Amino acid sequence: MTLTLPSYPQPDERGRFGRFGGRYVPETLIPALDNLDAAYREAKTDPAFLNELERLLREFVGRPSGLYLAERLTRHAGGAKIYLKREDQNYTGAHKINNCLAQALLAKRMGKRRVIAETGAGQHGVASATAAALLGLDCVVYMGVEDMRRQELNVFRMRLLGAEVIPVTSGTSTLKDATNEAIRDWVTNVRDTFYILGSVVGPHPYPAMVRDFQSVIGEETKWQLGELEGREVPDVIIACVGGGSNAIGIFAPYAYLPEGQRPRLIGTEAAGEGVDTGRHAASVAGGRIGVLHGAMMYLLHDHEGQITPPHSISAGLDYPGIGPEHCLYSETGVAEYVPVTDAQALEGLQLLTRLEGIIPALESAHAIYHAVQLAPSMSPDQIIVVNLSGRGDKDVAEVMRLLAKVEDAPGNAERQEVRA
Amino acid sequence: MTAVQSRGVARIRAAFDNARAEGRAAFIPFMTAGYPSATEFPALADDLLARADVLEVGLPYSDPLGDGPTIQRASEQALADGTSTRGTIELVRELRTRHDTPIVIMTYVNPIYAVGPREFMRLSQEAGVDGLILPDLPPDQDLEIADLAAEHGLAVTFLIAPTSTPERIKLVAEACTGFLYAVSVTGVTGAREGTALGEVPAMLELARQHTDVPIAVGFGVKDAQTAHEVALLADGVVVGSAFINAVHEGRDVPALAKKLADGCVR
Ligand SMILES: Cc1ncc(COP(=O)(O)O)c(C=O)c1O
Repeated sequence: MTLTLPSYPQPDERGRFGRFGGRYVPETLIPALDNLDAAYREAKTDPAFLNELERLLREFVGRPSGLYLAERLTRHAGGAKIYLKREDQNYTGAHKINNCLAQALLAKRMGKRRVIAETGAGQHGVASATAAALLGLDCVVYMGVEDMRRQELNVFRMRLLGAEVIPVTSGTSTLKDATNEAIRDWVTNVRDTFYILGSVVGPHPYPAMVRDFQSVIGEETKWQLGELEGREVPDVIIACVGGGSNAIGIFAPYAYLPEGQRPRLIGTEAAGEGVDTGRHAASVAGGRIGVLHGAMMYLLHDHEGQITPPHSISAGLDYPGIGPEHCLYSETGVAEYVPVTDAQALEGLQLLTRLEGIIPALESAHAIYHAVQLAPSMSPDQIIVVNLSGRGDKDVAEVMRLLAKVEDAPGNAERQEVRA
Repeated sequence: MTAVQSRGVARIRAAFDNARAEGRAAFIPFMTAGYPSATEFPALADDLLARADVLEVGLPYSDPLGDGPTIQRASEQALADGTSTRGTIELVRELRTRHDTPIVIMTYVNPIYAVGPREFMRLSQEAGVDGLILPDLPPDQDLEIADLAAEHGLAVTFLIAPTSTPERIKLVAEACTGFLYAVSVTGVTGAREGTALGEVPAMLELARQHTDVPIAVGFGVKDAQTAHEVALLADGVVVGSAFINAVHEGRDVPALAKKLADGCVR
């Protein structure tokens, strides 16, 4: 056995990251969360569970994913070396599969036959459907109809994998509403259903458990960078943040290092059309503390507590909150969170595609854009690692539509041009 | 602050005592504030208050985790019609000018945090709200809210469910002032086919070992028959989605309220 799951000093016994996190859910779910917590603690140190997870991550997902020096992107930006942690190489196309396989294994261990999931971009839904097919579990995925439109291909993949995709039409018909629906299903079927939550959000123990399962990203980065550069700690790590699971996966193994030894950790939030336009999904830059989906966190809501609809070009970042551990990182300065707009993300996507032959997910493109902005202020012996959370296959139809609009706009021809 | 000092607790207690003295379980209808519209709600509430022992007013919320589609849609409609958190409290203030029946507000915690717990309690107290029902706040999550409520004379109701362990039932029962809310099924609110009360008696028996506050049962009570079955077990009967469905379908709400109130007679 080589896999171990990390132990971090946060959250506390009650599932709090400082004042963030907790369990604001109907009482019906509290015993189920207690059971999940106990089952997870047990599994975490059980060699049988860890061996099976390790085997699946290696043989099924294809881990470790590469740590790749993006030379042409580095040259284009002109400054620090830019490495990409290639979660886009994972089977099913994103980091989501790491967590889904682990949770599905846990579901099986707990004797549950039915799993449910929520999905925005569809990547978590596809990963859940895949894990369910692999392990012989029934799978139901909730997805907002707006996201079903944006991510038609993933809807088909889930159905092909045997999952039932339930369209959600309440609220804004996106990820937050799909999450509400999944929680309501869980409240109703809690005795025989396992809820595979897709990010570091939700009631305790989800934010901690999902972080632990995604920490494989940062743990691999450490030894890979050690082999490539002779040091485990880069200067900067950048990852996109919706709920925040891919970011926490690469941040957490570094975040608890003593100050001074810690790299700069930067999360890129979806600024949509701009934080000051109100059309965005930047919960740190544009939100205030509140409670959603069982946890206290930075949240987009009005002065009377009604959740305000988020907006992002990428369905996976289109969420009004951000995981409680990120909130603590932000409050304590362990990590910074910067807004990146839709247009900038689209630029990041085209840049990486043309310079490196890698089509990133629109989510990841937010992180790419910021890396290219930051690199010139750094020196060539410094290192930025960008977490490339997923590949862009799911987005090409939407990008085609968006770029057609941009190209049609007068005076926009030169924006398409990229020099290396 | 002790429960004894709380105005809301005393008024809610009296309402349950009065119903019991008349051989009934307390009848507790629920209606979403501002539904079907801000202007139509007061008359609808009047109709319910004509029969109610306690009225439960739902504060419309954008992301109601404990509610089924019926109440969720009612909330969306009320919000679209401009009903706000402060507006909901104002609606209670208006009802208070015509009615003496205890009124409790059912609210998720986020609106309380957004307005500020102390400010929310102050506004509620001033408007004559008697208590709060908090469906997404297990009492051990935030002790401040219950303390602030007590300080402002408001009763606080937490929930237990069929999945609750004996330890949880004890914890929740001991935290409730006013009344305890027992959810009849594992699930969200909503009138459903064939409501089974199989798990309710054991749940109530356990809860009664830890508290002497009255216990109301809700979720899925849809007609006089189910109301009566619940009334034989519990101190109070909560009926929500059935009324919203009736409004939605344009049925006679006073007639339904009478039928359900009659069902509460033991
Ligand atoms: C490729 C990709 N990156 C990032 C995300 C955002 O999720 P998280 O913020 O949890 O990493 C998603 C979500 O669907 C995704 O598909």
